[in-house]
Amino acid sequence: MAITSTCNCKLAPGQNGKSKHAHCSTESHFTDKQTFQEGYEGIGKPRNRNGIESFEEVPMSVALLTYMGWGIVILIGYVKEFLLSFVPSQNPEKNREGYAPLYSSFESFYTRNVYRPIRDCWNRPICSVPGAELVLKDRVTHDNGWTFSFTNTFTKCLNMGSYNYLGFAECEGPCATAAQKTTHSLGLGVCSPRQELGTMAIHKELETLVARFVGAEDAITFGMGFATNALNLPSLVSKGCLVISDENNHASLILGLRLSGATIRVFKHNNMKSLEAKLREAVVQGQPRTYRPWRKILIVAEGVYSMEGSIVNLPEIIALKKKYKAYLYLDEAHSIGALGPRGRGAVDYFGCDPKDVDILMGTFTKSFGSAGGYIAGSKKLINHLRINSHANCYATAMSPPVAQQIISSMRIIMGEDGTDEGQRRLVQLSRNSRYFRQKLRQLGLIVYGNDDSPVVPVLLFMPAKIAATSRELIKRGVASVSVGFPATRITESRSRFCISASHTKEMLDKAIEAMDEVGDLLRLKYSRLPRPIGPVIYGEDKKPQQDQVD
Amino acid sequence: MAVQWDLYEMYLALLQAPLYHLIIEGLLMVWVAWLLLRKPKIRKPILTEKEQEELITDWQPEPLVPDTTEDHPALDPFVVEGKVGKYVCVNGRDCLNLATHNYLGLVEDKNMEDSAVECVKKYGVGSCGPRGFYGTVDVHLNLETRLAEFMELEEALIYSYGFSTIASAIPAYAKRGDVIFADEGSNFAVQKGLEASRSDVRFFKHNDMKDLERLLEAQSAKELKNGKNGKPVRKFLVVEGVYMNSGDICPLPEIVELKSKYKVRLFVDESISFGTLGRHGKGITEYYGIPADHIDLIMGSLEYAIPSVGGFCVGTSYVVDHQRLSGLGYCFSASLPPMLAAAAITAIDTMENDPDMFLDLNNVCRKLHIALSSLHQLRLGGHRDAPVKHLRLAKSTGCHNHDGQLLRQIANESMKRGLAVIVASYLDQSERFLPQPSLRLVANRLLTENDLDKAIKILEDSCTAVLS
Repeated sequence: MAITSTCNCKLAPGQNGKSKHAHCSTESHFTDKQTFQEGYEGIGKPRNRNGIESFEEVPMSVALLTYMGWGIVILIGYVKEFLLSFVPSQNPEKNREGYAPLYSSFESFYTRNVYRPIRDCWNRPICSVPGAELVLKDRVTHDNGWTFSFTNTFTKCLNMGSYNYLGFAECEGPCATAAQKTTHSLGLGVCSPRQELGTMAIHKELETLVARFVGAEDAITFGMGFATNALNLPSLVSKGCLVISDENNHASLILGLRLSGATIRVFKHNNMKSLEAKLREAVVQGQPRTYRPWRKILIVAEGVYSMEGSIVNLPEIIALKKKYKAYLYLDEAHSIGALGPRGRGAVDYFGCDPKDVDILMGTFTKSFGSAGGYIAGSKKLINHLRINSHANCYATAMSPPVAQQIISSMRIIMGEDGTDEGQRRLVQLSRNSRYFRQKLRQLGLIVYGNDDSPVVPVLLFMPAKIAATSRELIKRGVASVSVGFPATRITESRSRFCISASHTKEMLDKAIEAMDEVGDLLRLKYSRLPRPIGPVIYGEDKKPQQDQVD
Repeated sequence: MAVQWDLYEMYLALLQAPLYHLIIEGLLMVWVAWLLLRKPKIRKPILTEKEQEELITDWQPEPLVPDTTEDHPALDPFVVEGKVGKYVCVNGRDCLNLATHNYLGLVEDKNMEDSAVECVKKYGVGSCGPRGFYGTVDVHLNLETRLAEFMELEEALIYSYGFSTIASAIPAYAKRGDVIFADEGSNFAVQKGLEASRSDVRFFKHNDMKDLERLLEAQSAKELKNGKNGKPVRKFLVVEGVYMNSGDICPLPEIVELKSKYKVRLFVDESISFGTLGRHGKGITEYYGIPADHIDLIMGSLEYAIPSVGGFCVGTSYVVDHQRLSGLGYCFSASLPPMLAAAAITAIDTMENDPDMFLDLNNVCRKLHIALSSLHQLRLGGHRDAPVKHLRLAKSTGCHNHDGQLLRQIANESMKRGLAVIVASYLDQSERFLPQPSLRLVANRLLTENDLDKAIKILEDSCTAVLS
């Protein structure tokens, strides 16, 4: 339907003069693609068009159909609920007569009628290491998703769902061996927070290494990535401070900010104009009502956005933060290890100075195949956190083998194990990401985000396609992640692929072929941009060199 | 009828009225409406570009973080080498460990280590994803089943961090507009959960049932006043099985009675009481012999009695399952490393196979309680059956910081003499009701009478050394 409608794109290179400046170093390598990506102006306005990032607008007809799709889903739900209201109801709770209902009605309506029928697309249990491939534990439902039972059969799939960017999710090899050894020598549990008696020599070793890796004076680590954000932001900002946060920031950041008591304003995703406007207004106008100047302003952004596949426009944020004397909190959960020639995150990717980012935060769950999170920065900042961080004071210290896994994998990335294994993985990941993204674009799928980002969201739009894509891909042996509202905007349901260094070209080709078939079957090839012509050659497209951005 | 005639007459009058009259009346009405509805305009000062630039140049923000004192104890914590078991090597010295929450002494359990190692061989260390996106490993499902079976409840759900379990579980249910009753002595994770819920939180005095009843009564009086038209208000009561900050046990029978009377949902943080209280370690409900289904949600930790990492919630499927979509720390966080889950399963096996360990622990708790109450210069707080004991200065100096310093000195002295005890750490500025500084001592099932004698001796000596 949408594919046949006329194409409205105009090729107008240089529309975003401003962003061109910030990305000049990266762009020069993509002059051939610049024209179709940067200059694109589809129906309406392109949402954010920095350099080589692409966010093709929803075609109007598709948007309408998507809303209709949601409408139908909700309508069917209401009809069903209406009919069910004649059935004498059974209270699901025992001994709770007279209590106020535990859940608000819409919340459970959505769960019952929208989520439940397609519940099989999430929480799929696996019984293997989440490496390049994984083994799904098959399950069936006989009651439309209320309950599942296992069939005791297993399906091997290509794993394009786990955040295993550098392929360190391994059950053998140096990291796994070291973790096993540490389990025996240091035990599993510490049973005490870091401030009491939970600081072990291995934690100190880890912190020194992390600081060295990200290029900061000092670092502090925590046992859970989510908690790193949620439990540390409150000790950095408080009432009277302003936080300017990207609209697509992760739930943990939002929770941490909410707990901090600071005023929160949101800027459009990765949109520097919006950020500058907010900053300017904040400094000029001061606090609302009292007009007092803000105590301090903190910009909160992520390195790679896990649902958008975009990379933060770091050079420009740093320029803005300096101009307006704001502080910058950069969550590198998805970018540390996955970006940059040395794998040191978005800072490394843009060749920025790590000292220009006041608070470098990241997690060990993704690229390092472990668990936990860190915050790195100046000695003064880290000392403040050691004293005031909720997690450091109350939450249990990181388990030693978990810490060991990080130390081992980080050493490999840094090349300190004496091999070039780390470098090989970094190159492989970046080749894989670029190859996979270009191939998908060539198929006519709408792919969001930056060409260098290992997170590859493919737009599905319509609610019915969320489950269909996921199920069809599994049939073809590819495990991907599908998400819809409320995790994304209502019109922007998507399927997400995460590229790993452990994927080979053959594996990617298999996934691309599967996506080609599914794309035809479910009519996902919405893109109306001119498709890149000619063969995409694996490994040819080199990473941009890191010349300094001025 | 009369009304109809009135309307009709008005209509006729309208027809007869001259046009200019209607227009003026109409305009007057519009004017009145405008006067009533207009928003008072706040005049924002319009600044020129130059003035704006000046403001931007002039503005000096506060430093990102305030200056810290270099000698704060958190900057130079004790560093442990080797395992944090019954004995622990602190700053190069071997000490008897009464500081970490290793109640059952399972830190050095060989079986747990073996199962963790086996698990690494099969699954690696990290799970590389949240539960929803291929981060659910069969080990997680097994652990959830085992926990539910152990607690004899329908369903369990695991988090990857103990602190976040409690801080996420509470706001998954309690929202803006709800009312939560909580104990003043609640630990920090509970406080954060209450804060994140944005509910109306009412604190009652620590373990004071009269005070709780007063608050409940006030709330129900308020609801009665609103009458039947008022929306039913969701009410929650959050207590701890054993209070981390005081070592007290909550009076569950009375709480359950009040809960049923006032139709309040009861959440219990069993971080400490799980695996320590009751004949089979099933926690506070077993301790009092109260059926667990009186409690709406039990929250627990896998970081203390079970010395792994993570936390769990257990209850009916109707309640617990909701967190799989609404528990922030569950949905948006990577799942627990499978090896830690596997070790927790082994720990549950051990607990089921050897229920005598709970008797042993209870014995140690009581003996420790008696032994500690013999100290002259320190005042003992906490319940005799609780594995956590607090020692405060018998003669407080009256100054919070000074008390803390003295206790810290006592702890340091003790470590020199071979006993690891610590001062409970609190964030003074962030605590809702800051507890008095105290030495927090933890009972460990493996402690012998000799160990206890030695510990008391060292404590006495250290006190004498510091306080006199």
